Amino acid sequence: MELPPAQFPSRRAAAVAVAFLRYRRGGPGRALRLRELRRARTEDIKDVGHKYYLELELEDVLDKDSTVNCTAEVLYHLGNKNIAPDVQFTLEGELKSTEEADHVFYTRIRSLEKELVAENIPDSHGHVPPELEPLHLLAWVASGYLVWQNSTENTQLQLAQIKHVKQVRRSDEYLQFDYLVLLHEMVSQEIIPWEMTVLWHPRDGVRVTRESRQPGHTSG
Amino acid sequence: MWLSLGIVFSLGMLIPGKLSLKLQYDRDQVLHIVPETFQQVQHLQLLHSTLLLDLWKPLMPEDITAGEDLHIRVPAPLVQEVKDSLDQHMISYRVLIPDVQELADLSMPRERSSHKQVREGYVYTQYHPMEEIYEWMTQIQENYSELVTQNFLGMTFENRPMYYLQISQPSNKPKKIIWMDCGIHAREWISPAFCQWFVKEILQNYKSDPKIRRFLQHLDLYVLPVLNIDGYIYSWKTDRLWRKNRSPYMNGTCYGTDLNRNFNSSWGSIGVSFDCSSNVFCGSEPESEPETRAVAEFIRRKKSDIACFLTIHSYGQLILSPYGSTTKPPSNNEELMQVGKKAAAALTGKYGTSYKVGPPSLILYNNSGSSRDWAHMIGIPLSYTFELRDNGTYGFLLPADQIQPTCEETMLAVTTIMDYVYQEYLPGGAVVLTCSSLALSLCLSIVLTWTVY
Repeated sequence: MELPPAQFPSRRAAAVAVAFLRYRRGGPGRALRLRELRRARTEDIKDVGHKYYLELELEDVLDKDSTVNCTAEVLYHLGNKNIAPDVQFTLEGELKSTEEADHVFYTRIRSLEKELVAENIPDSHGHVPPELEPLHLLAWVASGYLVWQNSTENTQLQLAQIKHVKQVRRSDEYLQFDYLVLLHEMVSQEIIPWEMTVLWHPRDGVRVTRESRQPGHTSG
Repeated sequence: MWLSLGIVFSLGMLIPGKLSLKLQYDRDQVLHIVPETFQQVQHLQLLHSTLLLDLWKPLMPEDITAGEDLHIRVPAPLVQEVKDSLDQHMISYRVLIPDVQELADLSMPRERSSHKQVREGYVYTQYHPMEEIYEWMTQIQENYSELVTQNFLGMTFENRPMYYLQISQPSNKPKKIIWMDCGIHAREWISPAFCQWFVKEILQNYKSDPKIRRFLQHLDLYVLPVLNIDGYIYSWKTDRLWRKNRSPYMNGTCYGTDLNRNFNSSWGSIGVSFDCSSNVFCGSEPESEPETRAVAEFIRRKKSDIACFLTIHSYGQLILSPYGSTTKPPSNNEELMQVGKKAAAALTGKYGTSYKVGPPSLILYNNSGSSRDWAHMIGIPLSYTFELRDNGTYGFLLPADQIQPTCEETMLAVTTIMDYVYQEYLPGGAVVLTCSSLALSLCLSIVLTWTVY
């Protein structure tokens, strides 16, 4: 069944697809976001769940003129809400290489004398210091994993802010950052604190190795 | 002489404490009243409690007595209202101190830094804390006194005054009202920034821009720059991502009602929580919150003159029409969608920012108790919620360098709607046109008939 792209069921499914895609293809030098949802179709699969077929146009946050088309499928499972939706995607064309920027970031962090620590990114006025921008993007990319894993047809999750980030030195070649992020859930309007451990290497991409939802945000 | 010295001395004692909180007393007046009857005493006590005036003598309202001196400080924006009320009740008064700040300055030089900013040119491309917005409103009224009045709407839960700006060209023609409120949700900082930008654009350009001049001949603009003042201040001082107001529930263990779930539009039916700890807690009943009541009572009073109700939020890049609680379309849905889409197109034309148009029940999520739905339900034909930039990249933490482009594009959307109101909703305008076309066609048909015969 064809769905109007403006209506929220297709937009929520698109958000999940993009979050997953951002996680799989992103890094400190690349974060993809949705520019336009071109088409959406839904299918009710008996005893399985709701499947959405999407045609998306994505753009690179760091280079808005660089767009890429994409088709994606999102399957929300019936019943058990603890199972993440299944997401598959196909990108049309190549993404620009971020090899150079990745290398610069990697060497800079590896050569730090003291482990990097930062908080409130962006700050209250939306400002991110330029040297922390890769850390900001990395969090946004990694939060795609959290969004994907925790989405249902009745939620719409976004990264609201990095509350705290701490670099953890490792003996292997990976960079590790322990984040406390705040996610914004649009339907309930709640702010949800979430801890996540993020590993990254220019060759391997981003991996969330540990994540833990924290108790409520309302400070009263 | 001893009386004046006494007052200056008391001011000297009072002011230092108050100045440390950066309060200003410009053009506040102290009135001397001797109530003659018990009814007058009662009325003065009522004025004191509803407007929270500052009693200098006696210290407690219950000590106001007929035949005894009363000295009361009235904040500048309330002076006219209070004097009118006294006149109405035939209570005579004398202005003891015409400008409290002038007198205070004699005893202590005041901090000028924040005041200086407003004089030298307010920075509209930065986010401002509430005290600067209060100062800005006073300054705007002063600089554009021929057009602007600052009016009292009500008090917040934490006892802060809510003011709206009325931009109105004096005229004997009846006017239609366009209402715009910002900052109903504390964390949506781009919203109050837009209200301030909007006011600035209208006032700085009304002399040179014929379109704005025309608007103001027939339309009054009412702008409430920050509706949820307590929440806004809380988001500056304590929790940047706070949403609700700051009224306590459950014996002070839980704070805040979502003001945009607190209006009497299918209140409590869908998209809300009855649990105070939720960010969509709808309050204990419709209009349970003082901020909601202040707005609702005012809009109800003026509703027959209000053609358009706009409420500004972020984020999401949406122009939302009624309703949130049902997918059943409002009676004038075609009009709402057409005007909304025209506004969105004008917005997109500026920087390519893409907006969606439609009811939240279809394009966002179900919700009840919103101000937009309520305004439409009581009869205001054009009622929209704007969700400004962005789409989630920065969300509520929209960088200050996006204030200008966001406000510029949104301005185009709002003026498109104002233009439509001007064309279609002027009092008597459309009717006159119809009548004259009717008269003209009658004349023509008579002439033609004569010619034929």
